[in-house]
Amino acid sequence: MLKLNLHSYFTRHIQVMLYSLGQLWRTPAATAMTVLVIGIALALPAGLYVLLKNVEQVSSQWDDASQISLFLQHKTPDVRGKQLAEQLLTWPDINAVYYQSAKDSLAEFRQLSGLDALLDTLPSNPLPPVIVIQPKLAPSENEALQSLVERLQNMQEVELAKLDMEWLQRLRTINETGERGISILAILLSLSVLLVIGNTIRLAILNRQTEIRVIKLVGGTNAFVRRPFLYTGFWYGLLGGAIAWLTLLLTLLFINGPVNRLAALYDSHFTLNWLSGQMFIALPLFGLLLGVLGAWLAVGRHLNDIEPT
Amino acid sequence: MIRFSEVYKRYPNQHEALSGLSFELDKGEMAFLTGHSGAGKSTLLKLIALIERSSHGQVWVNNQNLTRLPKWKVPYYRRKIGLVFQDHNLLHDRTVFDNVALPLIIAGENHREIGRRVRAALDKVGLLNKERSLPIALSGGEQQRVGIARAVVNRPPVLLADEPTGNLDPDLSREIMHLFEQFNQVGVTVFVASHDLELINRMGHRHITLHQGRLA
Ligand SMILES: Nc1ncnc2c1ncn2[C@@H]1O[C@H](COP(=O)(O)OP(=O)(O)O)[C@@H](O)[C@H]1O
Ligand SMILES: [Mg+2]
Repeated sequence: MLKLNLHSYFTRHIQVMLYSLGQLWRTPAATAMTVLVIGIALALPAGLYVLLKNVEQVSSQWDDASQISLFLQHKTPDVRGKQLAEQLLTWPDINAVYYQSAKDSLAEFRQLSGLDALLDTLPSNPLPPVIVIQPKLAPSENEALQSLVERLQNMQEVELAKLDMEWLQRLRTINETGERGISILAILLSLSVLLVIGNTIRLAILNRQTEIRVIKLVGGTNAFVRRPFLYTGFWYGLLGGAIAWLTLLLTLLFINGPVNRLAALYDSHFTLNWLSGQMFIALPLFGLLLGVLGAWLAVGRHLNDIEPT
Repeated sequence: MIRFSEVYKRYPNQHEALSGLSFELDKGEMAFLTGHSGAGKSTLLKLIALIERSSHGQVWVNNQNLTRLPKWKVPYYRRKIGLVFQDHNLLHDRTVFDNVALPLIIAGENHREIGRRVRAALDKVGLLNKERSLPIALSGGEQQRVGIARAVVNRPPVLLADEPTGNLDPDLSREIMHLFEQFNQVGVTVFVASHDLELINRMGHRHITLHQGRLA
């Protein structure tokens, strides 16, 4: 008995589901328009999200790029410098050290700058010995890094401890800002999808007032009246989400070539991450949820107003 | 089966359509509701079908106090009341079969049972051969019979009709009234509002006559 009821329950739902799809199919132009609006509204934040994820991926490649340059006092002898470097290597938050004597520094500068003649005129080496430190900390562990820099700065032989990661922090801040911007955009566009679906369903309800009255007269519950409209919203959302995914895919296909060429110019191994699998699930699912919710809101507002007279 | 006790109905515009109305209809009885236009016949039937609610007094149907019935129970209550209207209230984009099947679909009957009962109801009103037609392709009398088939398809114990012959010629009217008598004969309580005095006088049955919202 229960099994039979359950069976007919699902059969009925599937019938209503297909019926709603059939209704949409009967007005292809109007349906296509609504679905496209929903699709574009969903594709925009999704596209920006994919872009952001890619930027994040690029910046994470430089995650171990933070380094601290320890400029020692001018008179520090090489022996002491090397000793210091070895001592630092035993610190738990330091991964690697590299000692560069003042002489090496000058040689490097000479090579890089090409200012041989000028450098020859100097009475003494103006450059200090440097210890380059690679911390065990990720750039995101900002406070720990700052404290490490501070401890290094307070050492006797150290003239200046400098953290070389400002540009990375800037990129990260830009990313965070972008993420928030996209979140807000996604919320606003989701709201507009909700409104579009709600409004479309509202019109459908008004078009079928007579039918709704008759259904209520012969004992139809609000749930029964609501069901086909919820499925209409379901289809709008699902189809809109699918359109969004397709739009995203085509856009990525379109920019993939140029991005790869750009990456090649920078000698980067970067390839565009399409996230297409994730989006294939997320967009239709999200659209579907918005669709049902929008329909629910619209039906809830109007269903009680339509009573038999 | 149907009992009104000191029932008042005042519409939002302060018009009092029914004033202190009391009467009783037995189970299995057939009665006509008559009275001038505006006497309150439709209002009375709407109170029984819970399309309207009384402002005062109590309405009992099948030992159920309608005054106390919560809103969410109304649909389930209506499934036990067959309603027939002057203008049929059919859905014009659905076939005769689908129109008659509507109460059964709503009640969640299974496919086979729906087919069986819809055909039985259509057979009863003599329209078995029209099940695939759209209502628009039928005559007025046939449309009304589709309406009646829909009203009785889930075998309600009470059948209400509001001027069901209002738009029909005398022969068709007699036919329709005769249908109601047939349902009454199998135990359905039938209550028909009509101002076709000539026809209903000839048929007999009890008359309940309203005059300006009171029993005349
Ligand atoms: N929804 C309504 N709002 C206000 N007045 C109404 C409404 N329905 C009916 N009436 C008034 O109530 C009175 C009774 O109407 P009704 O029950 O339709 O009478 P009948 O069916 O006997 O012609 C009439 O005067 C009518 O104008
Ligand atoms: Mg009337």
